[in-house]
Amino acid sequence: MGEKRKMSNQQKGKINNRIIIVIAAAIVVVAGIFGYMYLSPQTSKTPETLTGSGATFPYPLLDTMIKQYQTQKTNVLINYQSIGSGGGISALEGKTVDFAASDAPLGAADMAKAPNSLHIPETIGAVTLAYSLPNIPAGLHLTGKVIADIFSGNVTMWNDPEIQALNSNVTLPAKSILVVHRSDGSGTTFIFTGYLTLSSIAWKSAIGQGKTVAWPVGIGANGNTGVASVVQGTQDTIGYVELAYALQNKMTVAAIQNPAGNWILPTLNSIQIAVQSAASGGLPAGSGDWSGVNLLNAPDSQAYPIVSFTYLLVYKELNVIPGMTQTKATSLVQFLWWVVHDGQQNAPALAYVQLPANVVQIDEASIKSITFNGQQLPTS
Amino acid sequence: MSHKSSADNIFKILVAVVAASALIILSVTGYTLLNGSLPVLERFGIHFFTGTQWNPVEGKEVFGALPYLLGTLATSAIALLIGVPLSFGIAIFLVEMAPRAVRVPISYIIDILAAVPSVIYGLWGLFVLRFWILDYIETPLSTYLGWIPTFSGTPYGLDVFTAGIILAIMIIPTISSVSREVIRAVPNSIREGAYSIGATRWEVIRNWVLSYGRSGLFGAVILGLGRAIGETMAVTMVIGNTVGPAAIPTSLFKGSQTMSSLIANGFLEATPASLELPAYIGVGLLLLLLSLSINLIAEIMVSRVLKVKGGAIE
Repeated sequence: MGEKRKMSNQQKGKINNRIIIVIAAAIVVVAGIFGYMYLSPQTSKTPETLTGSGATFPYPLLDTMIKQYQTQKTNVLINYQSIGSGGGISALEGKTVDFAASDAPLGAADMAKAPNSLHIPETIGAVTLAYSLPNIPAGLHLTGKVIADIFSGNVTMWNDPEIQALNSNVTLPAKSILVVHRSDGSGTTFIFTGYLTLSSIAWKSAIGQGKTVAWPVGIGANGNTGVASVVQGTQDTIGYVELAYALQNKMTVAAIQNPAGNWILPTLNSIQIAVQSAASGGLPAGSGDWSGVNLLNAPDSQAYPIVSFTYLLVYKELNVIPGMTQTKATSLVQFLWWVVHDGQQNAPALAYVQLPANVVQIDEASIKSITFNGQQLPTS
Repeated sequence: MSHKSSADNIFKILVAVVAASALIILSVTGYTLLNGSLPVLERFGIHFFTGTQWNPVEGKEVFGALPYLLGTLATSAIALLIGVPLSFGIAIFLVEMAPRAVRVPISYIIDILAAVPSVIYGLWGLFVLRFWILDYIETPLSTYLGWIPTFSGTPYGLDVFTAGIILAIMIIPTISSVSREVIRAVPNSIREGAYSIGATRWEVIRNWVLSYGRSGLFGAVILGLGRAIGETMAVTMVIGNTVGPAAIPTSLFKGSQTMSSLIANGFLEATPASLELPAYIGVGLLLLLLSLSINLIAEIMVSRVLKVKGGAIE
C-alpha cells in the first residue's frame, strides 16, 4: 500500500475549493441546458406527443393500436399510462393529460369536476364466470340470481338445489364453493356487480354496485390474472374474469341465462350481438350523461348478458388543457377517429370485441364535435 | 481567511441541509396524510380506527380500518415468531461455529436473499410455495388440530399463515446480517472468561454473548419488524384479500389483509370525488403511526432497558 503523500493543509484547502467550484459549475451548466430546452420553442422536427392515462382493462388493445398508429403517422408520439381508471379520471380533472380511459362512466361528482367532457366508447368488455370443477365441462348453466346468491354466501355448496335444478344433466359434487373475487378496484367488478344488482334485489340492497364492494365471502386476487390463476390452481372455485383472460387461459366458463331464456356462452359473437341490440335501444350523445348506460341483459335472443363499454374521455373544447396546440389537437382528433374505425381491426386477435356500426356512428358525432379555440378539427 | 475554513463552512451547511431534509420529509409526509384523510376522519371520527366494516359503494359508505391493523400485526407476529429464531441461529452459526470456508459463501448467499425484489417473493409464493404449505403443513394441521380455533377453517393456501411465512423468509436476511455484526462485536475476552470458568459452548453463547449484545439484537429484530410491516406486494399476492369483518384474522387459515395491501389494492381505482380515496390515505396515516410508535418503543427499550456497557453495538 505504501504511505500516502502528506499534503499540507493549504494544499488540501485548495483542492477542496476546486472540487466545490467544479461541482457548482457543473450544476450551472446542466441547469442552463435544461432551461434552454424548456424555453426554446418546439420546432416542427420534434414529434407531437399526446399523453393519456387510465384503465388497465383496455391497455393491451390500446397499446397495440398506438404502436400501429405510430408506424403509420411517424410525427405523432402517443404515451398511454395504464394506472387505473381512478388515476385516469384524476388526471383528466387535473387537465394533466390529453385523454383518459375509464371502464366505468363518470358519475355526477366527477362530471362536475370535468365539465364538458365527452365519453367515447372505444371497445367492449365482457365478464365471464369461470370455474374449476373436476369432470364438469364448460357451459354450466347459471342465472344472475344464482350467481348473486353464490357471491353473497347464501349458496355455499356446489350441489345446492338452486344450482342443481338448473343443471339436471350433471352431478355436482358435495363440496363447498370457494368464491374468488378481485382484491383491487376494477371496472370488471363494476360491470359484474352491476349485473348482480340487476339480478337480485337482495344483492342490490345489501351490497350494490361499485369498483370495490364489501364482499361478504371469498378470497380476493389481484387483477384478472390473479383471479384466473387462483381459479385454475384450486378445485371447486368460481370467479369472474374478463373475456380476454378467459379465452387466452382456456378457462372453463359458465353459460348464463339471458332475458330471452337462452343459455349463452361468452364468445366474441354473442357479445357483439349483445352490444348491437342494447345500443339500438338508444345511447346518449358523447357530451351527455353516461352514468346510467348499461348493456347488461341485452334483448337479443343470442345476446350474452354481462357486457359493457370501456370509454375514452376527452374534453370537448381542447384549449382548456395547458400546452395544447392546434397541431396537437388535430393529431388527437385524428387518432381518436382512427381508433374507432381502422383501429378496431386489432380487436379480435386480442379477444376484444369490435364496436358495432351504430356505436361507431355515435362516436363519430362526438369526435367531430371536438373543437380547439372554437374551431372544428379535421378528422383525417 | 484560509482556503480550508471556507470549504469547511460549505460542507457544514450542506450536511446540515441533508440532515434537516429527513425531518422535513417526515413532517411533510405526516401533514399530507393528515390533510388527505380529513374528509373521512371528520365523517367517522374514532370509528374509522375501531370499526370493522369497509364499504366504498356510493350511498353505503362506511370505513373501518381495525381488521387491517390486526392483519398487519398478525402477519408480522408470525413472521417474527418464525424468522427471529432462524435468524439468530444463522448468525450464531456463522460467527461462532462455521469454518471460514463455510461462513463466506453462506453470508454471501444470505445477503443476496435480501436483494431479491419482493414481487418475486410474491410470485413464488403464489405459484409455488402456497401449494407446498397447503399440502404439507396446512392440510395436516387442519385435519388433526382443526378443533383449535387458531387452526379452524378450510385452508386454501392463501391466508395469514402463508403471508407470515413469506414475510419470515424476507426478514431473515435483514435480521441475520445485523445480528452477525452484533455477535461479532462481542469481545473475545468475554468468551474466554466464560470458558475459563467451565461454561459449555451453548452456555457461553446464551448467557454471555447474546446477553452482551442484547440491545443490538433487539435493534436487528426491530429492523426486521419494520420491513415486515411495510411489505406490500408479496403480502397482497398470498394473503387472500378479504374485506370487512371477514378480514379479522381469527384463524391462521383465514384470508385477511394488511394495511399496506389494502392501500395497494384499492388506491389506483378509487374515484377521486368519492370518500374512498381519503379512506385509503387514512389507512396510510394509521400505518405511519404504527411504524412511528414501534420505533419509539424500540428506542425506549434500547436506551433504558437493554443498555449494555463496553464495546457492544447498539
